[in-house]
Amino acid sequence: MTRAVKPPPIRVLIAKPGLDGHDRGAKVVARALRDAGMEVIYAGLRQTPEEIVEAAIEEDVDLIGLSILSGAHMALFPKVLKLLKLRKAGNIPVFAGGIIPDEDARALKRHGIKAIFGPGTSLEEIVTTAKGIARRSS
Amino acid sequence: MRPRSPLPPAARAILRRDRGALARLITQVERRDPAVVPTLKALYPRTGSARIIGITGPLGVGKSSLVNLLLAQLRASGKTVGVIGVDPSSPFSGGSVLGDRIRLERKAGDPGVFIRSMASRGHAGGVAAATLQAARLLDAFGMDVVLVETVGSGQVDVAIRDIASTSVVVLVPHLGDEVQTLKAGLFEIADVFCINKGDLPGADLAAKDLREYVSLANNAGRWKPEIVVTSARDGSGVPELWQAIERHEAYLDRDGGRLAGDRRRASREIEELVLDRVAGDLRGALENEPKHAALLERVARREVDPHTASEIVSRTRVRRRPPRSR
Repeated sequence: MTRAVKPPPIRVLIAKPGLDGHDRGAKVVARALRDAGMEVIYAGLRQTPEEIVEAAIEEDVDLIGLSILSGAHMALFPKVLKLLKLRKAGNIPVFAGGIIPDEDARALKRHGIKAIFGPGTSLEEIVTTAKGIARRSS
Repeated sequence: MRPRSPLPPAARAILRRDRGALARLITQVERRDPAVVPTLKALYPRTGSARIIGITGPLGVGKSSLVNLLLAQLRASGKTVGVIGVDPSSPFSGGSVLGDRIRLERKAGDPGVFIRSMASRGHAGGVAAATLQAARLLDAFGMDVVLVETVGSGQVDVAIRDIASTSVVVLVPHLGDEVQTLKAGLFEIADVFCINKGDLPGADLAAKDLREYVSLANNAGRWKPEIVVTSARDGSGVPELWQAIERHEAYLDRDGGRLAGDRRRASREIEELVLDRVAGDLRGALENEPKHAALLERVARREVDPHTASEIVSRTRVRRRPPRSR
């Protein structure tokens, strides 16, 4: 094996927990992260917290991005964080996007969500933040 | 080889089916981390029992959907399954979107399945440089079957052949006339042809063209590729597809083809590892080594031609670096 020429790409899981079918935002973010040189594992719609955590472990990702527009974030996000800890993967940072009221956002950050992006956030900001919080910097 | 040394901790973790350890080892292999080599060495004798099945074919023919149906069928029959889905890396940004997981369904918490997405990271041929080692790690982990789904392949993407013991080439109706089947490349590596989207008109014609292609081949006494029509929409033909794969695997066991294939794959793999070492040793060395500076200068001044210079360089390097072991 030869020495790596470039630092390895950041691997990020993008998933939509919950039951809403609005995946445009997740796809736009997935594409922006791809264009920023990341490997985006796109898990798609209607993922349970268990499925998201299993995927994060199998894919050995450096970062997880959750998108939600159903309003179930207060139920689902803490569950993802809890399962990650339970599976000894609590060191994988999680960020989120969607329709999340400020008050909930503050509470979720206290739970351990690293960043929360509401509507109107620029892709540049998401990419920069994602690079900053990813587990293995590159 | 030295006498039995204790297994590296990562190898032990694989043998006790630690999923996190497996995932991290695949990452290390993808990063070409030299620290992983002792683990790979230690695990090699414990591989060879998984059936590694390649699923290849052009973009959009339904490879992921077929893998999903095969996965369901194999799990229903009690077989454990590893899945590797390879998607392309951008030649521009290096990034990628790996979307094979979307189509894969499984029972929550099923420990008999392990799915890994892989970006090609600039590797040609339809797979990633690390795909073979990842498949082997899934083998050591104890999976009965490893399904390797390639990048949507072009006509010359045949590298799956150096990984899988059975290669399934997936096609759909209306990909072209029968002359397409005569062209070199992808069609030559098929052990099984699968015409997916068989519910669409034209599937019969595609199957007929393939039957003709297969019958033209001069392979008396050898394996004749099978042709299966499937529809991932309703799942029809998928049991037949698996049966065809199993018949090819049984043929390999019966006629000594497995060992021959393994030998061919071993020669390719060793070749790549050696080339990798040589390339690693050489890369940048010409420009950075003072003793070559004069030679570079003379080539630049048109006093020596590059071919002659390459002969000089390889002679000196071969003398300086004899092969490590024989």
